Amino acid sequence: MNTQALNIPTHTTGEARPSEASGDIIVKLTDVCRAFGDTPAIDAVSLSVQRGEILGIIGRSGAGKSTLIRCLNGLERPDSGSVQVEGMEITALDERRLQPVRRRIGMIFQHFNLLSAKSVEDNIALPLKIEGQSRAQRRKRVAELLDLVGLSDKAKHYPAQLSGGQKQRVGIARALAAKPSLLLSDEATSALDPETTRSILTLLKDINRQLGLTILLITHEMEVIRRVADRVIVLDRGRIVEQGPVWQVFANPAADTTKSLLQVLTPELPPTLRARLDPVAGDDAVVKVQLSGDAARQPFFAGLIGVRLLHGGIDTVQGEPVGTLFLGIPARDKTALEKAVQYLKSNADHVEVLGYVSGDA
Amino acid sequence: MSQAMLDLLWRSFWETIIMTGFSGLISLVAGLPLALILILTDRGGLAENLWVNRSLGAVINGFRSVPFIILLVALIPVTRFIVGTSLGTWASIVPLSIAATPYYARIAEVSLREVDRGLIEAARAMGATRWTIIREVLVPEAMPSLIAGFTVTLVTLVGASAMAGAIGAGGLGDLAIRYGYQRFETEIMVAVVAILILLVSGVQWVGDRLVERLDHRIVKR
Ligand SMILES: Nc1ncnc2c1ncn2[C@@H]1O[C@H](COP(=O)(O)OP(=O)(O)OP(=O)(O)O)[C@@H](O)[C@H]1O
Ligand SMILES: [Mg+2]
Repeated sequence: MNTQALNIPTHTTGEARPSEASGDIIVKLTDVCRAFGDTPAIDAVSLSVQRGEILGIIGRSGAGKSTLIRCLNGLERPDSGSVQVEGMEITALDERRLQPVRRRIGMIFQHFNLLSAKSVEDNIALPLKIEGQSRAQRRKRVAELLDLVGLSDKAKHYPAQLSGGQKQRVGIARALAAKPSLLLSDEATSALDPETTRSILTLLKDINRQLGLTILLITHEMEVIRRVADRVIVLDRGRIVEQGPVWQVFANPAADTTKSLLQVLTPELPPTLRARLDPVAGDDAVVKVQLSGDAARQPFFAGLIGVRLLHGGIDTVQGEPVGTLFLGIPARDKTALEKAVQYLKSNADHVEVLGYVSGDA
Repeated sequence: MSQAMLDLLWRSFWETIIMTGFSGLISLVAGLPLALILILTDRGGLAENLWVNRSLGAVINGFRSVPFIILLVALIPVTRFIVGTSLGTWASIVPLSIAATPYYARIAEVSLREVDRGLIEAARAMGATRWTIIREVLVPEAMPSLIAGFTVTLVTLVGASAMAGAIGAGGLGDLAIRYGYQRFETEIMVAVVAILILLVSGVQWVGDRLVERLDHRIVKR
């Protein structure tokens, strides 16, 4: 597979992320297509996932994210292409032969999908029962899992008696029960409030670190990707339009879809300032600077004189600095301004003169 | 009311209990699997087979569209073959069961259809076999609704058993018709109606309590 040839913006890291170091591929999709009627939901998607990696999948509604993830455990059948999980060709297996493979793949759902007629412990024990474990084995494993997700006191409760966050914890415990090597998560936090989301994400990240579990995670929330994912792929109308390490994609989105999805995370010029922008001339030029990685670590302002920070800041994604700054640069002296902009361009990812303001900016 | 009358009431009460009880049980044991077959073989079901689905649906519809009193008479040869006689309480269980089974199959089909597809998908994603999905997901999740539907079937059977009097099955309904309606013995009629009301209310009450106990979808205090 050659993503360059397909013109997919692909970000390459200088140093490999620790979780990618193993170099062992657990999921490999090659030219997977799936159409409903005439409209392709997944269009020639090729993708590899490293063992131990957390891969974020983003895209607009209807982009094909769920369809893609459902191809991995055979809930969805591709029209063409190859889907390999742990070296096993999923597309070649019938429903019965898929069953043992599915037991190695955990899945968590947006609406939890817990059985209302079963208690919390029985819900968590179901995958173990399916595996044929004895009652004693199940009890022991369920106790471990309840402890892991912090719900030991709710073992005998029914799902209806739990909060959304608690239900999702049960969902996670259930997905992990049979010790899967791969966890699929389809908008697992979309129905939860920000604080509960954070605790669920912390839990997933911990499990990823402790058990080396590979996680494929679909979400609408860029914040979720920023917090937990190592790598992100962006889907648009069934195609991968961008992929790379999260901090690089977030610092430097290339595809329009990515840019608009990331809008929520990037600071914008305050409206009061924007209203005063003059397109041609003024005391100060307003310059938008996007920077990341080493550039953001350097004593950046040293090369600039009389520059003010108007708005914005530096954030940390995957331990890498990523930021958007709005700078005010004196614009009376055109050559000095030109020099300053050149200096910025040689250091930052993206530099844009938005306009000019006069008076106090 | 004379002792003879009381004895008659008592005997008729038991005849009604036997008729509804046994035919109810048979309709449950036969109707639930039929409902499962209807659900599983339907389009998008776990064992899609439209030919089986449509054929079974047609047979069920056929039995359901025949008025019970006609079924009662039409089935006389079948009853004689199975029970050895076409008359009496035990004989009436055959036509009652044959009428109630497709009735309950349709009610149970609705209950099973209402089980959230997401739950079935979750079970599939866990690697569950079809049988496990039926046993652990479909039936338990539909259980409150299945029991509510069975209660409706039993109450309907209490009413239908009155018509079985036509083939000498006895029972409370028959008693009310022979003594109360045809001989104007109001006292008997009132007594029978009162017992029927109590019986129906009792069945409904037990059914409701069972549903309440098994339904974990709502938070109980
Ligand atoms: N079972 C189906 N039958 C018909 N069309 C489907 C089916 N499942 C998905 N589609 C279509 O395929 C496309 C991709 O759907 P999919 O559910 O994968 O999107 P998604 O990215 O998960 O969207 P969302 O973010 O809203 O969940 C959509 O246009 C959808 O209408
Ligand atoms: Mg989706």
